[in-house]
Amino acid sequence: MFKDLPILIIVIPLLCAVITPLVGRINRVFSWYLVVIATALCFLGSLSLMSAVLQTGTISYWLGGWEPPWGIEYVIDYLNGFVLCLVAFMAFVVAVYARKSVESEVDEARLPVFYAVYLLFVTGLMGIVITGDIFNLYVFLEIASLAGYALIAIARRREALIASFSYLVMGTIGATFILLGIGHLYMVTGTLNMADLGARLPELYGSKVVQTAFAFFATGLSIKIALFPLHNWLPNSYTYAPSAVSAIMAATATKVGAYALIRVMFTVFHADFIVSGIQLNEMFLFLAAVAILAGSILAVAQTDIKKMLAYSSIGQIGYIVLGISLLNLTGIQGSLLHILNHALMKGTLFLVAGAIVYRLGITTIDDFKGLGKKMPVSMAAFTVGALSMIGVPLTVGFVSKWYLAIASLEAGMWFLIPVLLLSSLLTAVYFWRVIDNIYFQPHEVGKISHGPELVHEDARPQDAPALMLWPIIVTAVLCVVFGIFTSLPLSIAEKASMILLR
Amino acid sequence: MEIYQSAAPLYAMLVSLGAAVLIGVSGKKPNLRESWTILAAVAKFAIVLSMLPIVLEGKAIEFFIVSVLPGLDLKLKVDAMGMVFALTASFLWIITSFYSIGYMRSLAEHAQTRYFMCFAVALCAALGIAFSANLFTLFVFYEILTLCTYPLVAHKQTKEAMYGARKYLIFLLGTSIFFQLPAIFLVYFYTGTLDFAGQGILAGKAPDLAVIVMFFLFIAGITKAAIMPLHSWLPAAMVAPTPVSALLHAVAVVKAGVFTVVRVVLYVFGVDLLDEIGLGVILAYIASFTIIVASIIAMMQDNLKLRLAYSTVSQLSYVVLAVALLAPSAVASSVMHITIHAFGKITLFFTAGAIYVATHKTRISELDGIGRKMPFTMLAFTLGALSMIGIPPLGGFVSKWYLMMGSIEAEQLPILLVLAGSTILNACYFLPIVYAAFFKEARPDGHPVEPVHKIQEAPAFMVVPLVLTGIGAMILFFWPSLFLELARMVVSCAMGGN
Repeated sequence: MFKDLPILIIVIPLLCAVITPLVGRINRVFSWYLVVIATALCFLGSLSLMSAVLQTGTISYWLGGWEPPWGIEYVIDYLNGFVLCLVAFMAFVVAVYARKSVESEVDEARLPVFYAVYLLFVTGLMGIVITGDIFNLYVFLEIASLAGYALIAIARRREALIASFSYLVMGTIGATFILLGIGHLYMVTGTLNMADLGARLPELYGSKVVQTAFAFFATGLSIKIALFPLHNWLPNSYTYAPSAVSAIMAATATKVGAYALIRVMFTVFHADFIVSGIQLNEMFLFLAAVAILAGSILAVAQTDIKKMLAYSSIGQIGYIVLGISLLNLTGIQGSLLHILNHALMKGTLFLVAGAIVYRLGITTIDDFKGLGKKMPVSMAAFTVGALSMIGVPLTVGFVSKWYLAIASLEAGMWFLIPVLLLSSLLTAVYFWRVIDNIYFQPHEVGKISHGPELVHEDARPQDAPALMLWPIIVTAVLCVVFGIFTSLPLSIAEKASMILLR
Repeated sequence: MEIYQSAAPLYAMLVSLGAAVLIGVSGKKPNLRESWTILAAVAKFAIVLSMLPIVLEGKAIEFFIVSVLPGLDLKLKVDAMGMVFALTASFLWIITSFYSIGYMRSLAEHAQTRYFMCFAVALCAALGIAFSANLFTLFVFYEILTLCTYPLVAHKQTKEAMYGARKYLIFLLGTSIFFQLPAIFLVYFYTGTLDFAGQGILAGKAPDLAVIVMFFLFIAGITKAAIMPLHSWLPAAMVAPTPVSALLHAVAVVKAGVFTVVRVVLYVFGVDLLDEIGLGVILAYIASFTIIVASIIAMMQDNLKLRLAYSTVSQLSYVVLAVALLAPSAVASSVMHITIHAFGKITLFFTAGAIYVATHKTRISELDGIGRKMPFTMLAFTLGALSMIGIPPLGGFVSKWYLMMGSIEAEQLPILLVLAGSTILNACYFLPIVYAAFFKEARPDGHPVEPVHKIQEAPAFMVVPLVLTGIGAMILFFWPSLFLELARMVVSCAMGGN
């Protein structure tokens, strides 16, 4: 049983995805139960894989018993074991949360389909993370992306269709680029196994084909992670998707993209190649710095909470890329920590945004007046998430920013420090605007500009239902727990970054 | 130095944090709610006091909470300097609690539960700052203090209050993130540690240029000390209810600022290093500038609380100036002035609040003849004012005396002129108030002229506290020995026994 765990955590959600609509014909609630069980199993499976990696080191699983590099290999090491746990955890938490939220935002008849696609999406993400084969990675990437387009389009609002379509166009371009990159590499090496590629490529670093391949990868993955200025698909997608989808996408999709970028840059290629071969690290560094600032500035300008969080994500992606492109141990460590941290905090924030939509049907920040009294627990969680985004000590946001700052100094790039600080300040500005409305502005009865029938006149606390509230509480608490007791993620990130830089 | 492991400092902080929770729970029952505040205040002071003998023996109390990152620990350490601040803040909290009750109830203020909760959390953070064993812990509590006092400044929730509170937040949070955090970060980068040490931790670890950069980052980042030109949040924060201005913006918050400056100067940079590079002198003149200019601005204010606020700006720089002189007596003066100014200024703010509650007057020009209506209040005001000016027999004289000795020791004679000038200015803006209150006739202001003999004091809940702090300011002149002793210990720790 345990021997086959690597494939099981892919197969279980995949099969469940097929069964879900069928079960949903009996009773729609059953499909939700199935999703929760499947994602819970995935989470438990990924936890036990991670603990096995911690004890024995890298696990390799050969699909169908075919020996790599001929067969497809699943590899779990410190890096992807960590990301795997994160993805599975968020998938589980959001699955629990989804029931109430999706019921109010998606047509009832489509619910079983929604859950099926959700599972496909999770399968795709987990597959990208776990596989050691680059073509397999592409396949899973497409599964996740296609499922993602569908998840966005399933929302009731018409804008969702446009958002989904523009994501589809951009996403397909990105995927094509990645496929072209894979093709180029296969052309010169004849292998698709990532470790094998990593061993064969160094002697070919001078080749124009290999360099072109890297350029394709870099561009394609930059689209997938929405690195500024290739971010255009992201804000609308996150804004108009159902809230649960925004949460899972913000927490995992771009993170998995960042993971893929790290894999390509450091396992398939090598840090030396990026520095001396094509000198792309400086470009990444520049783009990351611009993304950090631009994302934060654009977030300040937003009036819609989900759009604000979406732009904030673009800035946060900048942090992750920044750490990677510094090409030193501390930097990669910072990036890996930020993958975890940002997933937790942005997950919390989007979940709270969904809770507000569920209760009041509003997303305009100006309408949030008096929410602190109405939804005290959710708003407390939002505050924790916001403080963490700002990077206040004792929250997760501080830890990764601290590492990125040290990495910048170690790389001799002191001018990145003001960038980090400025973005923290801007983050404080755009979150404080929300918090100010929540707690310190009196509630104006009947002045809500959207969601007309949902004006609640009474000021009694009426928080989100327990099924939504508990996921919010759990992620918010984790934002603080991993901000204080950092040793576990820290040690994993350290070992992972040591493997990557060899 | 002998180290004593004990969780007492943690308990001293948790007491008010626990009280905050209890206050929140019992928001519907005002009497129960207020008794939590009082209980917590007394318990907190008792715990702080229980640590005093150990500190006086020259030992330090340490408590390790958690290690966030390698080298970034949350750790508490009680030494002589932290003791001075902790004693002052926790003692004055007891008095302010009574005063708060009187003030908030007389005016029937809204959101009292939130008010008392935030107050309790603020005191927890203030003690956290006092007991921080390293820069990281200090920074954490510094930020908590900013965040939990924001609702207090914004209390009235009027447009003006929101504006003041926003300014407060932007200045304090903004500068601490933008300047103080990078400074802390650089210290960590160069030394690998953030723990305070008697002679500083930077000497020989960082190049001079980096030291200079860090120094100015710290000075710009510790905005709570209200050094000009980053002082304007303090007058803006005067929209808060008066007890907040009294305890937080005359004692806890601003003293946390100067306390941090003193900590950083003595325990991070170290006297020798600053002396060598000559940074102390620069800071001394920045502070002198603040002292004089703030006094001049204070003179032009007609709003009583604003005048007091600018006086605070000026007095805070006394502490900064004193430590910047890097001479033994001056450093002692800086430590003592934290307490001495606290007693004087809290009295003055208390009287401003009492006047407001009793007569709804906020302008100095309206105070003619008020001394006959509110004799106790105005007598206490006189005591506070005399302490500010530095006239015996009030505490202000003691710290000014040591500061003068310090400037002679440091051979900075121009500083003496600054002190003389500031004393005159202080007298110019405080004594006319006293004179008008007692010797001028009340001006008819449209209302029928009231009989002047009738005493119309504020409620006893307010008058007794302000009389007590006024007397406290006087006691500090006659028995300064405790604080003198603690100040000596700080000096001997920071200067290696000379």
